[in-house]
Amino acid sequence: MSLLEVEAINSYYGDSHILFDVSLHVEQHEVVALLGRNGAGKSTTLKSLMGVVAPRSGAIRFEGQRIDGQPPFAVARRGVQLVPEERRIFGNLSVAENLELAMLTAPDHWPLDRVFATFPRLAERRKSRGTDLSGGEQQMLAIARALARNPKIILLDEPFEGLAPIVVRDLLAVCRNLAEQGQTIVIVEQNIAAALAMARRCYILNNGHIVYDGAVEALKAAPEVMTRYLGV
Amino acid sequence: MLTWPNFYSQLLNGLALGSLLALISAGLTIIYGTLGVLNLAHGALFMLGGYAGYVAYEETDSFLIAVVAGAFFVMVVGFALERGIIRYFYNRPAEDQILVTFGIGIVIVELVRAAFGNLSKTVPPPAWAAGVTPLGFMIYPTYRIAVLGIAAATLAALYIVLYRTRIGMVVRAGIEDALMVNMLGINVYRVFLLVFGIGAMAAGYAGIINAPVVSLTPDMGENILVQTFVVVVIGGVGSFSGAVVGGLLAGEILSLTSMVDPAYSEVMLFVIMTTVLVLRPQGLLGVQGRE
Repeated sequence: MSLLEVEAINSYYGDSHILFDVSLHVEQHEVVALLGRNGAGKSTTLKSLMGVVAPRSGAIRFEGQRIDGQPPFAVARRGVQLVPEERRIFGNLSVAENLELAMLTAPDHWPLDRVFATFPRLAERRKSRGTDLSGGEQQMLAIARALARNPKIILLDEPFEGLAPIVVRDLLAVCRNLAEQGQTIVIVEQNIAAALAMARRCYILNNGHIVYDGAVEALKAAPEVMTRYLGV
Repeated sequence: MLTWPNFYSQLLNGLALGSLLALISAGLTIIYGTLGVLNLAHGALFMLGGYAGYVAYEETDSFLIAVVAGAFFVMVVGFALERGIIRYFYNRPAEDQILVTFGIGIVIVELVRAAFGNLSKTVPPPAWAAGVTPLGFMIYPTYRIAVLGIAAATLAALYIVLYRTRIGMVVRAGIEDALMVNMLGINVYRVFLLVFGIGAMAAGYAGIINAPVVSLTPDMGENILVQTFVVVVIGGVGSFSGAVVGGLLAGEILSLTSMVDPAYSEVMLFVIMTTVLVLRPQGLLGVQGRE
């Protein structure tokens, strides 16, 4: 049994059909990349997993239990955690409060020290309000806030978007380190090199359909697929 | 007639009115900030608090019991409204939310009218705050000074809950981004219920505190709703401190303008609101919320 199993989900925004029979699975301790052009349905897939968007048909099973149709807080309590593309840091809360809030309903949450050891920069800024953080610091906090809950699976939506290369390098190192420690990760990223540096397996979404499913090595050996669906 | 004693007295009146407006607006702004629902029944809940306090006072002759019972009753009504009606409107368009809360307001007003009639009711101030107090340069009704103290103490208590407690932290986060709170495993709908109940209670509590100053009529909430709405716009939607600053500002504007010409007091209020909207559309202390 896979940790996460998605079976032919169809998701909509209002009347527009975004995901068409999307199926995928993620095993425990696996890092899976979800690639595709803008508007391919990557973020919608992650939102469907988190319960932010409810699929109209199909099934999502986490640890064998149906989670589709459940509200985000219930999905989060089962151990699924989305780091949204917009980061959604609470600007009026301090760094420490942002983390404390995340830990409230996670019984096995990380101790604050471990969060700060992973992101020393956040320790320095623990009393700063979210709005006063730089883009890189906000992204660190967004990831730290999710990790603090000690999720069984973490869904990263474009974590490297709009960040300076040096910040991307640091964050990538943190993410790879997590992966090595066995953290299950699904990553959506436009920065394909960064995504493929982390993932072992990947899916490509095109216009809401899964068009590729395979090992990262196999994808690297298939430049025509990369060109056709990713434009690289 | 413009005289200094008159001016001071109006200044104090403005402060008392302003602190009440701040209290009512705090409820309205936190409800709107967290739930995203503009509660047009807020004025009716203010009125309902006054009447609930009136009934409790008639039964017990105790002002303290009237305040506690009035506030508690409106909180329970708030909980019932959220569970029974409001929660079905969270994912509906704003017009639906406005219509349903407006409708709830009408129903509450007409129920009170049916039960108590159109004639005004009065609640006397508590014995310890009856009469007048000499302030040296003028004499002033003791209860209005008490209103100021009670409202200030309540606002301080609200502040502590909002900024020094865990549940306050959750509410502040919810005002900014309820979906993210939801995604972090917090049952945000329970937070919504609590916020609506507490917000309603703030309005009802203000209604009973205000009762000895005015006379109760079923439609007394209409004016207050408009003024409260202006306060929220001036202070910034979802901002507690904005509600306090906006409330005091609005109280003084209403009070000082009516010293010159009462007909213009609301006009001036809207002049200030328009000015704020032009210069600072998010309000004086508004938070940049998320859609």
